[in-house]
Amino acid sequence: MLAEKYRSEIDTILAKYPPDQKRSAVMPLLYLAQKEYGYISKATLAEVGALIDVSPTDVAGIVGFYTLYYDHPGGKRRVQICTDLPCALRGAEKFAEGLCQKLGVKFNETTKDGEFTVEAVMCLAACDKAPMFQIQDADGIHYHESESADKPMTVEQALAILETEKKR
Amino acid sequence: MPEHILLRHRDIPDLHKLDVYLKNGGYEAFKKVVMTMTPQQVIDEVKSAGLRGRGGAAFPTGVKWSFLTKDSFPRYVVVNSDESEPGTFKDREILEKNPHQFLEGVMIAAYAAQANVAYNYLRGEFWDISAALDKILDELRQKGFLGKNLFGSKYSLDIHNHLGAGAYICGEETALLESMEGKLGQPRLRPPFPADKGLYRKPTVVNNTETLTNVPMIIAKGAAWYKTIGTDKSPGTKIFCLSGNVNKPGNYELPLGTTFRTLIYEHGGGVPGDKKVKALMTAGASSSPLAGTDDILDTPMDYESVAAKGAMLGSASIIVLDETVDMAWLALKTTRFFKHESCGKCTPCREGTYWMLNILERVNKNEATKADIDLLDNVAGQIGGKCLCLLGDFAAAPVLTSLKKFRADFDAHAKDAKKAAPAPKPAPKPKVEEPVPAGD
Repeated sequence: MLAEKYRSEIDTILAKYPPDQKRSAVMPLLYLAQKEYGYISKATLAEVGALIDVSPTDVAGIVGFYTLYYDHPGGKRRVQICTDLPCALRGAEKFAEGLCQKLGVKFNETTKDGEFTVEAVMCLAACDKAPMFQIQDADGIHYHESESADKPMTVEQALAILETEKKR
Repeated sequence: MPEHILLRHRDIPDLHKLDVYLKNGGYEAFKKVVMTMTPQQVIDEVKSAGLRGRGGAAFPTGVKWSFLTKDSFPRYVVVNSDESEPGTFKDREILEKNPHQFLEGVMIAAYAAQANVAYNYLRGEFWDISAALDKILDELRQKGFLGKNLFGSKYSLDIHNHLGAGAYICGEETALLESMEGKLGQPRLRPPFPADKGLYRKPTVVNNTETLTNVPMIIAKGAAWYKTIGTDKSPGTKIFCLSGNVNKPGNYELPLGTTFRTLIYEHGGGVPGDKKVKALMTAGASSSPLAGTDDILDTPMDYESVAAKGAMLGSASIIVLDETVDMAWLALKTTRFFKHESCGKCTPCREGTYWMLNILERVNKNEATKADIDLLDNVAGQIGGKCLCLLGDFAAAPVLTSLKKFRADFDAHAKDAKKAAPAPKPAPKPKVEEPVPAGD
């Protein structure tokens, strides 16, 4: 259970907000739950809600509204490739398609070994380093960007990054 | 631009380290305001510098601070580090590379607002940045720059980071406040404005990251110095985010009033393959595209001059579109974004973005007729000015303007186009399937 395993983390989170505004902690607590369980199940909605006196229904609303919370399991890591306008102008759609092909998946599918779920996502504030992607896993979210406009990341380089991530 | 004001880490190596920042006058401005100035004097100085909000709305910062409801406490300062506009990546560089100057700006704003707690709301994707800032905040608490009775005064302050979780709408200040309160990020009906009832219904100042990063320099060097940079109505420098079809995309800190041409050709190295500029998006995806004429390229990038050309400078995220870009595809891309990011609260935005996307998908698959394109114009024209926030207006702007200025690009896709006058050759379509964003 979160309350026992992460007592000090939870206390640190709650201390940031006024004592009568515990609900503000719902987002950091959902990240904590996702770290522990990989995704937010129905049971987790109740568990997180109980920590801050918010109903499971209201917690479900938050999970549904924000894209970085998942109500279903995926791969160990989510590979989130930006294919938004500025990146698309620099070949990100082709890059994303190429990476999917190499991994043998379509968008929102998980590789057979259960390692990676590949997603096309909206702007990640790295438009000058396109193509780029982020990896969301239990430890958080980390960026992987092209070195420069002259040296855009290739699909092969991306695959090498994913291999390294697997061993992390 | 001899010396940076905001991107000072480009001139001073390791500025993200506290000792280096301190050696370069760091936290002297904060100490100065706490020890020698009243909150009103700080507000007056920032007002007289003419600093305007860098998040997009360009509202005068000092004026915003002066709106706080009198004698109502506690108050809060909330920083909008939710940088999510497609084409915008300036706050990220500040937060990563010049975090102390940013934090000093937050502290000075908090003192001016007489807030004892400030929150920095970062987009969830800035996970690593938030972790680095957490460490810096701990260091500042240990060194006595944050905490109780700062520098022996009566003033106390703490700052906390708060991570969002992937919702563009939370960059809208009242949606951001809702999100901070642990609710859906949906805009509030105004009034009351945040200065009266903001976070937890208390008087609150919400400022953008870049805006506050200006403040320590204004206090240190004075409003008069600040006003020597930029234009009369838009003083100071601005970080211009240059992206799209340009040789050297990146952040460029330049005085407000620099022309598009200087940014794109002198700093950005021009367009790959020496192609012509077809259009410019000046405020990220939320733009009315400006045609790449000499008149536009020679327009100064300040709030008034860009507005006079029928667009907005906004967050100054300049996306360059070269002559090969199909504006029907561009409209598809921006509409897909806004449809995904509409919070769903107001019907014109929720339904309007849905139907615009529906039609634009058919247009881009060459399955629409000219009547469908007229319908698109009709739908897009009914969104603006009808919602609690501007997301709907932002969504409609690129569609309406592209239809107005580049209608041929749309008609070239129409099934019944061939029977009419010879249509221009359609620009090359992206070969790949449009990726469907997660959660759609």
